[in-house]
Order: sequence, then structure tokens, then C-alpha cells
Amino acid sequence: MKPIRSYIVAALCLLVLLLLVCGCGSEHRFIKGTSFKGENQIVITFAGPVDAGWAKSTGNYKVYEKPDPDINLSISSIDLSPDGTTVTLTFGLPLNQAQTHIVTVKEIMAEGKTQGTAVMTVKKVYFGYLLSILLGAMIIKNFVFTKYLGLCVFFGTSQKKSTAVGMGITFTLVMVASAMMSWFMYQFILKPMRLDFLQIVIFIGLVSLSVQAVDTVLRKVNPALFKAFGVYLVLVIANCIILAVPLLLANNEYNAAESFMLALGAGVGFLIALFLMSAVRERLEVADVPQTYKGLPIAFITAGLFALAFMGFSGMSIF
Amino acid sequence: MALSKKTNSQLLFNGILTENPIFRLALSMCPAVGISTSVMNGILLGIAVLFVQVFSSCTISAIKNFIHPRIRIPTYTLTIATWVTVIDLVLAAYVPEAYKAMGIFVKLIVAFAIITMRLEMFAAKNPVVSSFWDAVGMGLGFLFGMVTLGFIRELLGSGTLLGYDVLGTRPLLFFVLPAAGFFTVGFMMAVFNSMELFFKRMKQKR
Repeated sequence: MKPIRSYIVAALCLLVLLLLVCGCGSEHRFIKGTSFKGENQIVITFAGPVDAGWAKSTGNYKVYEKPDPDINLSISSIDLSPDGTTVTLTFGLPLNQAQTHIVTVKEIMAEGKTQGTAVMTVKKVYFGYLLSILLGAMIIKNFVFTKYLGLCVFFGTSQKKSTAVGMGITFTLVMVASAMMSWFMYQFILKPMRLDFLQIVIFIGLVSLSVQAVDTVLRKVNPALFKAFGVYLVLVIANCIILAVPLLLANNEYNAAESFMLALGAGVGFLIALFLMSAVRERLEVADVPQTYKGLPIAFITAGLFALAFMGFSGMSIF
Repeated sequence: MALSKKTNSQLLFNGILTENPIFRLALSMCPAVGISTSVMNGILLGIAVLFVQVFSSCTISAIKNFIHPRIRIPTYTLTIATWVTVIDLVLAAYVPEAYKAMGIFVKLIVAFAIITMRLEMFAAKNPVVSSFWDAVGMGLGFLFGMVTLGFIRELLGSGTLLGYDVLGTRPLLFFVLPAAGFFTVGFMMAVFNSMELFFKRMKQKR
């Protein structure tokens, strides 16, 4: 009985991964890759040599930024590499490379035969972009200190370092799991069926579901770990960040990898905030604080100082 | 079942002063820090929370005998989420500009600890009428807290009230900064604490 069940679980995981991969890439089979080059160029690499007459005609390419499909960017010149596999499109104006560009290539002609029309997305160096999302969510736009979310749990569990770390780790795990599920639900079920207005109900339902699932699994699999982290699981639902991240993912139309990075960044950012705060609050315990400020008021003022410090990161952009 | 023995008016004032959600219970702090930059924001979000609190308290109180105790928390969450969806769509349709200013916070009412806590502590054990008054009290307490914070920050930060110029100058620009929310809440809590201490001493003297 047991091995069969584990096979089923593995198969389900594989299926989900496969779907995620399919959701990410929708490139044409004849195109190897696209990338930005310099200020105002886009390079398209084909799998084989294409016909020079077809490649040189401007009418075969249509390029626009993803948010404005109506504004076609004008191409000033086209260069074909000597072996006929690389086409460089040069534009009259510099490209806004922070935006995703959509390139439509009409009826690709290679060795006299047509290979069909291809629609591709061009993005900046991808890993750098992902890293900037991660660092952005973690530090520059820290959810606690610059977006003021998740404060109830933040003040409740930042009295001791050990509690803070336990809460942070539990939260990160649940955050990543539930954000990925919410992303999947939104992209493949809610959006195609035009049920966007149900997102709050669905997302919070998924959060409580994943909390319950982690609770049940942990209780059976590792009772020692459950004893250490089980208390924090209930608190996860009461944290606004767990709902804010899926809502942000839905608003910004992130893909799977970007969603994963944002969720991970939000979780780790919360862990960092909790750890910093608990380190200060352990000191405050023994400090001589005025009677009326003891406890929460002084904690709030400390958090305000942290928030001021974190404002120093704003305006920073990496990559 | 622990039925509450308080009268309806006591329930109402309990929420506004003795157990004020923001300053006394220190629950649902995110909006209190995040968007209390103006009185108008405070009023709108306060009304939204009041609405959600009253309707979900009444709903849970009415169906409390049919909820299995082991799934009660998910039930509460989904009930709240339904009412939040309603108020979210209504606000987006009728006050689009203010809705934009409040951003994601309207949707996040679902995760406010105060609403779930009142359902668990009060509505699940008491009849509909007293749950209604308790919810109104808690909602008004939240509204009061938000308006107070908005009043302080708007008056000191930009010298205006509800958008009208009152002072003519900007005495402390610092209060407009988002980070000042933490300081304002901290100071207000200290004020409430010192009031409590003062009343305690008055009682002891007598």
C-alpha cells in the first residue's frame, strides 16, 4: 500500500512541475532564443539558416511592449549574420528594457519552406531579473518595514530570538507552498473562467488548506519538529502577508519562477524583520523604560526606527 | 456556553473604549500603521471593517449550532472572505479614487485578527442580538482608532483636515512619512496606558 501511495505523490508532483514548465515557455520550435543587445537592438537566433530576402523585410516583424499592444515599435534596420541564423533588429529609439517585449515573426522562410508564424517574449537577463525580485521583496520593499503588513504576528512573536526564528521558518515554508498553489489556481482556473472576483475567497481558502495540510503531515512525519513549530502554524493564517502575496501575483501577472521568488523573498524578509526586532527587544527587556512605554509602545517606536532605516534602501534598484 | 451578561449598551462601549481593538487589544495594526495618513482613509476603512464585522458576526451567530467545532476556523475565514468580497466590489464601484488610495488593504480585511477573534470569542457563543451590538462596538472602536490616528497625522503632517486647510502651515512634516505610523501608534498607546495608570491611582486614593 505504502509504495503505491508514494508513487502517486511523486507522479502528481511531476505533473504539476510539467504544467508549470509548460506555462512558462511558449517559444516557437524554429527559434532558439531572443535577447536584448545594446541600447536599441533585439537579437533573434534561429535553429537553421533563414532566407535573406525574407529576413530583410521589415513587414515580417512586429514588436511591442507587453502592456501596450497597440503601439508597434518602428524598426530602422535589419542585419542578417553571414551564416543566416541570427537576425539583429535595430530600432530608431532606445528600448525600455525593464518591460517585456513581444516579438511576432510572420511566416518564417527557411530554405524555401515556411516554418509558420512565431510569437516570442524578450526579457532582460533572466536570472538577474529573478534575483532582483527576490532581493526587492526581501529588503528594498520589505513587507513589514516598508509595506506595513503582518504587524500583529510581527509584534506577537518577536519577544525571543528562538520564537522569531521558528515563526519565520514556518511562515516561509507555508508562504511558498500556498503562493504557488494560488498562482496555479489563478492562472489556470480563475482567469480563464473569468472568476477574478472570487480571488479573496479562493486564496484564503488555499492558505487555510495548506496550513491544515502542513499541520497533518508534520504531526505524522516528524513529531519533534511539530512540537517545535506547530504552535506557529495557526498564527500563519492571521498574517496579512500570506494573503497579500497571492493578490500581488495576480495583479502583476507574474509567471511561475517570478512568483516563487516573490514568495520566497516575502518569507525570508519577514524572517529578517522578526530576527532584527527580537534582537532589540531582548535588550529592551532589561532596559529602564518609562512605565507607560513598557511593552508594546516602545516596541512600536523601535519598529518605527527600523522603518526609517529601511527607507534608506528605497530607490535602490539592482540589475 | 458562556452567555454574556452585559447589556447592549455596555457591549457597545466595551468595544469603543475598554477593549479598543487598536490601542488596547493591539490587533489589526497593519492598516493603523499603513494608511492612517488622512482622516478620510480612516473613515472609509473603518466603515468597511464595521460592515464586515457586523455581517460576519451575525452570520456566524445565526448558524453557530450547525458548525462542527473542528472546522470552525476555516468556516469563519470563508464567511469573512465572502463579506469582504462584497464590500470590495461595492467600494470599487462607488468610490473608485478612495479605493485606489487604500490599495490592497480592503482585500486584506480578511486577515485582520480582530474580526476572527470576535467571532471565536463572542459570536460563536452568544445570540444574534448581543453579537450584533458587540460587533457594532468593535467596529466603531476600530473606526474611532483609525480616525484618531488619521486626525493626528493629517493635522500635524500636512496641516489639513479632510482635505481642508486648517493650520495654514505644515508643523511637523515628519508625520506624513509612512514610517511615522509606527511612532504615532506607539505614542497613542502610551497615552492610553498613562490614562489607565491615572485612573487606577485615583481609585486607590479613594
